[in-house]
Amino acid sequence: MKITKREYKNMAQKASPPSHLAKNCLWAFMVGGAICVLGEGLFNFYKNMGFIISDSRLLASVTLVGLSGILTATGLYGKLAKKAGAGTLIPITGFANAVVSPSMEFKAEGLISGVGARMFIIAGPVIVYGVLASTIYGIFLYFVMPMLR
Amino acid sequence: MNKVITFQKPVYINATSCVGGKKESEGPLAAGFDSLCKDDYFGMDTWEKAETEMQKRSLRLLLEKCGLKAEDVPLAFGGDLCDQITSTAFAYRDFPMSFLGQYGACSTMAQSMAAAACMVGAGYVQRAVAGASSHFCTAERQFRTPLAYGGKRTPTAQWTVTGAAHALLSDRGSGPMITRVFFGRIVDLGITDANNMGAAMAPAAADTIKNFLRQAGRQVDDYDRIFTGDLGKIGSTLLKQLLQKEGINLHNHQDCGLLIYDMENQNVQSGASGCGCSGCTLSAYIMPKLLKKEYKKILFIATGALLSPTSSMQKESIPSIAHLVEICAGEGDI
Repeated sequence: MKITKREYKNMAQKASPPSHLAKNCLWAFMVGGAICVLGEGLFNFYKNMGFIISDSRLLASVTLVGLSGILTATGLYGKLAKKAGAGTLIPITGFANAVVSPSMEFKAEGLISGVGARMFIIAGPVIVYGVLASTIYGIFLYFVMPMLR
Repeated sequence: MNKVITFQKPVYINATSCVGGKKESEGPLAAGFDSLCKDDYFGMDTWEKAETEMQKRSLRLLLEKCGLKAEDVPLAFGGDLCDQITSTAFAYRDFPMSFLGQYGACSTMAQSMAAAACMVGAGYVQRAVAGASSHFCTAERQFRTPLAYGGKRTPTAQWTVTGAAHALLSDRGSGPMITRVFFGRIVDLGITDANNMGAAMAPAAADTIKNFLRQAGRQVDDYDRIFTGDLGKIGSTLLKQLLQKEGINLHNHQDCGLLIYDMENQNVQSGASGCGCSGCTLSAYIMPKLLKKEYKKILFIATGALLSPTSSMQKESIPSIAHLVEICAGEGDI
């Protein structure tokens, strides 16, 4: 081929259509927003039922996770995510989907080496770096902040 | 330098068969399939077993069409996309013939056919089977994310065909025949995006086409159609551009990845891919046209992106390959 890698990279970039940024953002905003509105509704619902604020928040999250698990199992979450993208990925429901989908998928390889070993194949990095980030934040808050005062 | 192999005596394609899944049954080539199953599990309990079952059904149909028993065929070439090509090897548990597993990623159908044609053409065996399969669900599991995981596909992504295809090659017959084969060489122009396989494979297809035409002393116009396996929209555009730079105008090109699904309504982004894509299109679309003599002479070039999930994670670029099979409709068309 009379073409360099760099020339081909440019050619390939030109030939490859980019994602529809505006459309994707709108979908993500609407669906992600709707999930958050639902969370807010659940929070108010639990609060009105007489739970204290921290418990109401917890229950709202738990309900969303449960709903996401059911929707993932029925295949509806995946269908919605094809349109919504980051709108379904970022909220807590996306995290639930990331745990439930491999659990379902690797059932065929057994409960230990399948479901057990692969359950966190997608969510694992989120947990690892989430814990790391909160540890760093905790150290900063506990040791560094008092010194700055 | 790779070399064109010309058969002194043509190798006949006595029959082809193909089996597809649900999405294929909703596509424009549905009528050409020998068997379609609305249940992508094919009555099995795992996707891997489903792919094996698909291969078995296609093989049985092939033997039925030729009026042969498995014992009558001495040799088979075949492969798929699963680790250690288990879908194929497991299918041959039921077919007692010498088995040579092939891995050429999505180029497997052409690789198997070309290898089988060489064995038949050289007179080592009278008949040989060549086949390949892919299953959307086994491929997604292996190369991407779990099926129920919510993710957005990029516009450059391609949809793996759920399908198995086989061809029976023989040293006697009358119909379509293989006259030349050309095994491709590895080409890598530095594409690293595993969601843009068309772009990764187009240079391999261009390399194979250019060198074949030059070595065989042929022109693009000598063929009614030049088919590539699964370059999709982007890869097809790039192939034409690459060949244009070499002074070759590929005006009669069609890509199997753009034929098997309805590009407008089946939500397949850049097109189809997978070993089953070129195999099923050959059996369901190209072979009937060769039999009706609508095409007298064609090139069938299946392309493969030879990456693995590990190589992708290690940010390696994607080496690709394209194998070529020249098929004529009859003796008079050579």
